[in-house]
Amino acid sequence: MRYQELAVLAEFTYTIPALSRGYADQTLYVNVGHDQIVARPVSDDMKERFVGGRGFDLWLLWHAVNDATRWDSPENEIVISSGPCGGTSQYPGSGKSIAATISPLTDIVIDSNAGGHFGPYLKFAGWDAIELQGLAERDVIVTIDASAGRGGEGRVRIIEVPDDCPVDTHVLGHWINSTFAASESDRQLMAFVSTGSGSRATRMGCLNFSLYDRKRRDLRYKQAGRGGIGTVFRHKRIRAVIVHTTPFGADTNGPADPARIARTGADMRQEITRWDPVQNRMRSRGTSYLVQIMNDYDLLPVKNFQFGTHEDAPQISGDVWEQRFTQNMPDGCWYGCTLACAHAVDNYRVQTGPYAGGCVIVDGPEYETIAGVGSNCGIFDPAAILEINFYCDTYGIDTISFGTSMAFAMECFEAGVLTEDLTGGIDLSFGNADGALAVLHQMAEGVGFGLILGQGIRRMKQIFVERFDADPCFVDDIGMEAKGLEYSEYMTKESLAQQGGYGLTNKGPQHDEAWLIFMDQVNNQIPTFEDKAEALHYFPMWRTWFGLCGFCKLPWNDVVDPENALSVDPAKVPHHVENYIQIFSGVTGHEVTADDLIRMSERVYNLQRVFNLRLGKGQRDHDRVPYRSQGPVTPAEYLSRQDRYDRQLRDWLGLDPNTMTTEEKLAAHREHRTDQYERLIDAVYARRGWTSNGIPTPDTLRALDLADASILEVVQRYL
Amino acid sequence: MSSPTTPPTITVNRRESIVWTPGMTVRDIIQQMNYTYPQLVVSVDGTVVLSDAYASTEVPADADVRIIHLMAGG
Repeated sequence: MRYQELAVLAEFTYTIPALSRGYADQTLYVNVGHDQIVARPVSDDMKERFVGGRGFDLWLLWHAVNDATRWDSPENEIVISSGPCGGTSQYPGSGKSIAATISPLTDIVIDSNAGGHFGPYLKFAGWDAIELQGLAERDVIVTIDASAGRGGEGRVRIIEVPDDCPVDTHVLGHWINSTFAASESDRQLMAFVSTGSGSRATRMGCLNFSLYDRKRRDLRYKQAGRGGIGTVFRHKRIRAVIVHTTPFGADTNGPADPARIARTGADMRQEITRWDPVQNRMRSRGTSYLVQIMNDYDLLPVKNFQFGTHEDAPQISGDVWEQRFTQNMPDGCWYGCTLACAHAVDNYRVQTGPYAGGCVIVDGPEYETIAGVGSNCGIFDPAAILEINFYCDTYGIDTISFGTSMAFAMECFEAGVLTEDLTGGIDLSFGNADGALAVLHQMAEGVGFGLILGQGIRRMKQIFVERFDADPCFVDDIGMEAKGLEYSEYMTKESLAQQGGYGLTNKGPQHDEAWLIFMDQVNNQIPTFEDKAEALHYFPMWRTWFGLCGFCKLPWNDVVDPENALSVDPAKVPHHVENYIQIFSGVTGHEVTADDLIRMSERVYNLQRVFNLRLGKGQRDHDRVPYRSQGPVTPAEYLSRQDRYDRQLRDWLGLDPNTMTTEEKLAAHREHRTDQYERLIDAVYARRGWTSNGIPTPDTLRALDLADASILEVVQRYL
Repeated sequence: MSSPTTPPTITVNRRESIVWTPGMTVRDIIQQMNYTYPQLVVSVDGTVVLSDAYASTEVPADADVRIIHLMAGG
C-alpha cells in the first residue's frame, strides 16, 4: 500500500519557514479527536522565559489542561520539542527531543528525553514543538511532510490507519518505510515517534523515536521511556507521528554565529577522540561501562535494591557488551555526535514470543536497562537481557519501570506475598528470566499477571494488600517508587544527597535530574545539609538546562580533559559549561553567562512544581521516599553490610552494636535515617525558595519572572 | 602527628583512614581504596596531582588526600 491510498481525515498546508537563531517561531497543534490542525505562533516572551524543549512542553501543556485533567482526559496533551540548539550537528549531543504529558503512573507532569532524529527533523520541518491532543475514534497516523523544503508548501495530515498496519515498533517501522518512503533518500529524511502493543494495557508505555542508520540501512530507535507517555499516546489512538524533511546542513538551524559553534564543536570533538578511549570508552561500550563501576562501589542494584554488588556482575559488565556490540559503526543518535554511545547488537535472533526466530537489531542495552532488567532482577545472563530489551522496546514498555517493577514482584514472590497461584503459574524467583519474559509477553497481550505488573509498583502495592493480604508496611518499604514512578537503577542507601536527588524531583525518581552519589557517598564533598542542599539546587538546575535546549547530558561529564582537575570546581566541568555558553550564544545571538543558564532552568523547574500543585500534588508529603532507598529493611540487608552499619551506629549515634539485636539495630538506623531525610528536605526547600511544605513562594516566583496570575493563583491555594 | 605507638596513617576524602607505608604513591592509594573509576581528581595536601603522575607521586604520612570522582553516569 502507498500512502496516497490512505484515507485522509484532516489536512493542513503551510509555508515551510527558514529557521532563525534556532527557532521556527511556530508550534503545531494537532487534535486527533476533532481532526483539527493549527499553527500557533511562538512569542518572544515564550522564547525568553521558557527557552524550548521541556520549557515549551510545560508552557503549552499548562495552557491546554485544567486542574481536573488526568492522563486519559481528552484535553491531556503529549508535547514534544527539541529546543533552540537541537539539530546542531557541529557540537556532540545536540539532537535530543523532550516529551511531556500528564502521566498515568504519577498523575502529574512527566518529562522524558530521547535521541533519534524526530526532534531536529520536526524543527527543520518548521515547528518548534508539536502538541497532540484529543482522543481519536479510530487509530490514526499524523504525517508532517516538509519535503518541499524551506519556502515550499508543507502538509500536515491526520490519516486513518489501515488494517495491515502493525503496532509493535520494529515491524511498524518497516511498514512506515515501505508505505511513506519512495527512496533511500526519503528513508534518511524521515523520522517517526511510535509505541507498541505493550502500552495499551499498562501504565508504563514508552515512546520510540526512530533514526535511520545510513550505515546499516535500517531503522533504529531511542526511547523516551519514563512515566507512561507511550500509554497516553496509545490511549489517544495515535499509531505514529511521522515527519519528512529535506536535506539539511550546518546552517539549517539558522545560528547567529556559525563560526563560533564550529570552533567550539571542533575543540570538543578533539577532546572526546583523545580522552574517551582512556576514560569511560563510551565510543565502544556506551553507558554499559557503568555496570562494573557501580558493582565495585557497592552501588549496583541487586535483587530489588537489597544489595549493591554481586559476584556475577562481571558477566554483564561493559567488557561483555563491548564484545556484543557491533564496533566501528557511527553509533550517534544524532549527526555529528563524536561520543557515539548509541550502540547496538546486530543480527540478534529472537528466542521467545511472537517474533521468535526473527533476526533483529537490538538498540543498547544501556546501563539502566542492564541494571534494571538484569542485576536488579537477579538476572546475569546477557542473552536474557537482550531478549527483554528487544521486547520492551518493540512493545513500547519502559525498561526501567519494567525492571524495577519486576524486581519488586520477585522479592514479593520470594517473601511469599505472591505465589504461583497468584501469578498464574509463573515462577518469579530472582534470576528467572523465563518468568520475567512470560510476564512481559502478557503485558503486551493484556492478560494474566502482566496486567497487574503493568500497573506499576504503586498500584501493585495496593493490589497486593487488598487482594493478596500483603503486609502494607513491608510492601511500602520495599516497593521502590516515589510519586508513583519506579526508581531508576542506583542504590541510594548510603547517600543522603541522592535520596534527595530522587525524592525531591518534580517528576519522580529519575536520575537525569540529580546524580550525586559519588559526590556525597564516595567523595564526601557535601557533608553538611547546606552543602547537600546547594548541590540539590545547582545540579538539578544545570541538568534541566540540557532539556530546554535539545542537548544530551553525556558530553558534559562523561569525558573530560584531565586539565579539568586544575579548575576551581572540577565537579561542574567548567570548561564544558563554557562550551555550552558559546553554543547557546552562537545559536540564539543572546550573550549569556553561566548564571543565566541556571536561571532559565529555575524558571521552568518552578513552573513544573506549581504544575504539580495545580494537579493536587507537589507538597512535602509527595516528596517522601520508600525506606528501602534510605536504609536496610531486612536483616539480610543489614548483615550484608554489617561492618558498615555497626560502625555507623557507633559513629553517628554513640550506640554499642555488640549489645543490640539485629532488629534493634534496624530500628535505630531507621529512626536516624528518616530524620536525616526530613532535615534534608528542610534545607533543600529553603535553598530553592520554597516553604516548609514545598510551595514556591510568591517572592521566588516573582524573582524568576513567573508571576503570571494563573501561576500565583495556584500557589495561593497552599499558602 | 601520629604517636609512636600507632602506625602513621593518611586520610582519604576527610573520612577514610588508611595505614601509611614508606614510598606509598597516589596510585597505591587508589588501588587500596579499590577506586576503579577512571575520571578522578586527586590532591595531596591541597596540591593537585595529574593522572600521569599518580605512580611517581609519593604521599607523606598524615597526608590529607582527596580523590574526587567526577560525576559521570546518570
